[in-house]
Amino acid sequence: MAADTAKRPDGPRDREAVFETRGLTKTYLMGEVEIHALQGVDLELYAGELVVMLGASGSGKSTLLNIMGGLDTATSGSVRYRDQDLTNASDKTLTLFRRDHVGFVFQFYNLIASLTARENVAIVTEISRDPMSPEEALALVGLKKRLDHFPAQLSGGEQQRVAIARAIAKQPAVMLCDEPTGALDSKTGIQVLEALQHINEAMDTTVAIITHNEVIGEMADRVIRLRDGRVEDIHEHEERRPPGELRW
Amino acid sequence: MRTLNRKLLRDLATLKGQAAAIALVIASGVMTLVIAVTTLDALSLTQQRFYEDFHFADVFADLKRAPEGVARRLHEIPGVNQVETRVQASVRLEVPGFDDPVRGLLLSIPEGREPVLNQLYLREGRLPEPGRAEEVVLSDAFAEAHGLRAGDRIEAIIRGRLTTLRVSGIVLSPEHVYQIAPTDLLPDYERYGILWMNRRVLASAYGMEGAFNNVTLSLQAGASEAEVIDHLDRILARYGGIGAHGREDQHSHRFLDEELKQLRAQAVILPTIFLLVSAFLLNVVMSRIIRNQRQQVAVLKAFGYGNPDIAFHYGMLTGLIVLLGSTLGIGFGAWAASGLAGIYTEYFRFPEMSFRLQGWVVLLAFAVAAGAAMLGTLRAVWAAVRLPPAEGMRPEPPARFRRGWLERSVPRNWLDQPARIILRNLSRHPVKSSLSVLGIALSLGLLVMGAYQLNAVDHMIDIQYRKVMRMDLHLTFSDPTPARVHSELRHQPGVLAIETYRSVPVRLLAGHREYRTSILGMDEQPDLRQLLDGRQSPQRLPPEGLLLTDYLAEDLGLRIGDEIRVEIQEGHRQTVVVPLVGLVDEPLGVGAYMQRSALNRLMREGPAVSGAWLMIDAAQEPALFASLWDLPGVAGIGMISEAEQHIREYMGDTILMFALVFVLLATSIAFGVVYNNARIAFAERSRELATLQVLGYSRAEVSWILIGEILLLTLVALPLGWLIGTGFAWALNHAFSMDLFRMPLVITPGAYGFATAVVLAASLAAAVLVVRRLHRLDKVSVLKAVE
Repeated sequence: MAADTAKRPDGPRDREAVFETRGLTKTYLMGEVEIHALQGVDLELYAGELVVMLGASGSGKSTLLNIMGGLDTATSGSVRYRDQDLTNASDKTLTLFRRDHVGFVFQFYNLIASLTARENVAIVTEISRDPMSPEEALALVGLKKRLDHFPAQLSGGEQQRVAIARAIAKQPAVMLCDEPTGALDSKTGIQVLEALQHINEAMDTTVAIITHNEVIGEMADRVIRLRDGRVEDIHEHEERRPPGELRW
Repeated sequence: MRTLNRKLLRDLATLKGQAAAIALVIASGVMTLVIAVTTLDALSLTQQRFYEDFHFADVFADLKRAPEGVARRLHEIPGVNQVETRVQASVRLEVPGFDDPVRGLLLSIPEGREPVLNQLYLREGRLPEPGRAEEVVLSDAFAEAHGLRAGDRIEAIIRGRLTTLRVSGIVLSPEHVYQIAPTDLLPDYERYGILWMNRRVLASAYGMEGAFNNVTLSLQAGASEAEVIDHLDRILARYGGIGAHGREDQHSHRFLDEELKQLRAQAVILPTIFLLVSAFLLNVVMSRIIRNQRQQVAVLKAFGYGNPDIAFHYGMLTGLIVLLGSTLGIGFGAWAASGLAGIYTEYFRFPEMSFRLQGWVVLLAFAVAAGAAMLGTLRAVWAAVRLPPAEGMRPEPPARFRRGWLERSVPRNWLDQPARIILRNLSRHPVKSSLSVLGIALSLGLLVMGAYQLNAVDHMIDIQYRKVMRMDLHLTFSDPTPARVHSELRHQPGVLAIETYRSVPVRLLAGHREYRTSILGMDEQPDLRQLLDGRQSPQRLPPEGLLLTDYLAEDLGLRIGDEIRVEIQEGHRQTVVVPLVGLVDEPLGVGAYMQRSALNRLMREGPAVSGAWLMIDAAQEPALFASLWDLPGVAGIGMISEAEQHIREYMGDTILMFALVFVLLATSIAFGVVYNNARIAFAERSRELATLQVLGYSRAEVSWILIGEILLLTLVALPLGWLIGTGFAWALNHAFSMDLFRMPLVITPGAYGFATAVVLAASLAAAVLVVRRLHRLDKVSVLKAVE
């Protein structure tokens, strides 16, 4: 089905770099063990592209995503978002950066259990500059009919779609998704990926998806492989496969 | 409504058990503050109003007899505003249908008019009409005790003549707010009354026409009381003045002042202890509740909520709990305080109690509770927001496990796995465990303090009436009497034993400190009225020198061997220097003691006595009373058992009432703490406990891990709590020591036992509640949920 195969009008490298990291390292302590999560990462993410970051567990992909999203700070190296240097940004600057530019999706959804689907989205739209309504965001992920359900009343896939609605509702420039399908079966996982692709295309949002699932790489403009805290390989796809065709 | 606020309300609903327990702790702390401050305020305000509106005098003086013309000279003393001369007399009263001896004080008022100073508040009837010889007005406490109303009659023995008096009205006087006989410690409204009658009648009955034997003065603003008193004493010395004094030595005022002082101590120390304890607990509990929400904090941060937003959110959570707790505390506190103020009107006779709940008390209560809670909240929020959100969302790093000293100190094969889990849980979080232990220990300490107060009052009265005051009757003579009265009294019907004493009013001076009291001259080895030493055994009086109540000696800054200047206020009124030779340990009142013969020498008089203590055969009491009243010179008969009963009632109504309220509050605090500890332990462990159940542990075994932990913490807290309680009791004891009474610092095993039982019961109740929750736990969903 050629119609479903998206063809980018221009290569990603022709576009503006949204993120740029240079020599990024991160070391932290887990209990009594010192972990070198990142050991010098140089990387760019471009406006409007859909990137999949692949890597085994412990390869540093989540750490990289967290640092780009302003959830964590690097031990050394630099990270820039457009013309903003995030490397040594203050807590306040990072908070504003996240509020204005980034949408997150986590593996375990991280919904607030005491709030309904609508309210879980509203909690973000209330502090955003130019948000869509929670209902609109939930409609985009196909949850128009589950607005007033609490997380405990939703399936895993539905919960993750609420999390995606929560991330897109503020119309962010970037979506950072950490194993968004990790806790889901493949059918539900594909629904979630379709929602992400839809956002990428309809809103021209840069989407970065972290996964250890090779298959998901086929829906991306670029696949970045990480290993032991370093970029091992970057592969560009001429054509992206729609998530509906993926099987695992 | 903002979504975050909705989350707030739902969180609060989820935490309702814990929130209620915390609110209870706050309410208890706030309640103590409101009770103490409001009762204090009500009493001082009422006192102040009554004194001002009814012109309570500033200076008081008794004398033998001075011509009325002297009053003009008193007016001329610089600083004096108004002068009121009076005639006063002690009388014996007979009330129809009441057999016990009744003493009365007769005071003159100007013919049919209100006096200028110490005006009377007419509760009923009217003042005596001018020229009506038989009309009197009665103090309302006395009238109430005998059910006397305006129009009733009583009889008085005035100068040996039985006179019938008609009650024209019932009054209150600022001079007798605390209506008490001069030698008593507590009021006895049935056996002591105050009467006012027209001056001319009273003066003619006592040969005081155109003269006075009592005067009261009011001072101009800014006048020096001491200078006026000096001046007054110099003028009145010729007329048998026995030394003027200010309000501080006026009987009623002094007792009222002591009570206010005690309330002030209570208003400071008890709420301080309670609020500090609840503040600490609040701090611990709130910070643990918020630590459990660290993931939510991370999510909110990830989506761009700033630290101030998050701090505000949790601040509101705490704020609502504080609001609830403070409102309850203020409401119940005001209610209890108005009840207590009502009890005080029984002892302090005011026209009305001016009860008010002041804005600043409400604000202070809110501020202290909110401050404490916010401190705990913000500390925890700070810890939560300081974490980069990425880290906050990760499960907490696995704790570093080791075999702690607790575990190592027990042989290896004594412990099964659950026991090992309990020990490791506790030793893995030493700070958290210590705070829990401290929290339980503090609430136990409050209970020990409350129980101590309940017991100490009884203990104190027991010492006073079993060891110190061993007599049945206390006789006072109207004038110093030759010592041979001893044998006359010995032969009265039913008298088993007798000791006589000499009592001389004095002013004790040590440096710039002074104290008005009486020196009691006693037998060398008194038996009916004993002087106890520090070990509570009776001591012998040395032939020379003075003994003082230890509290009084400390107050005057005196040590054994020091010299005391004694200004004698009777007879030749000389000033002598006497060495302090011993200390007396007694719980009620303070005094100065020496051998009677030494005191007689000091007075340059023969072997005179002022009164006697009698041990009697109860069966012959009526005959004895009849016979004693016929003796000339007997001014009063005091029954010690009555006095004891009165003091027990008084303590029961005031101090014990407070203590009981505090024990109740301490109990609720203990429960609040233990329950919160248990709930938090449950929240922190639910995943672990569910895992164990999935692995095949029975509910009972899993419950044991939780109960065992609660129990172990409680057991560790017990000795610490006893220690803290002893410290609290010591602080309370210190703050409460005063002239009127000093509670012995004896904490009975019963007090410790009671406090311990309450804490154990609270632990048990908390354990039951939490175990029920454990049984409802959905194991699968807990295991699925992210940590």
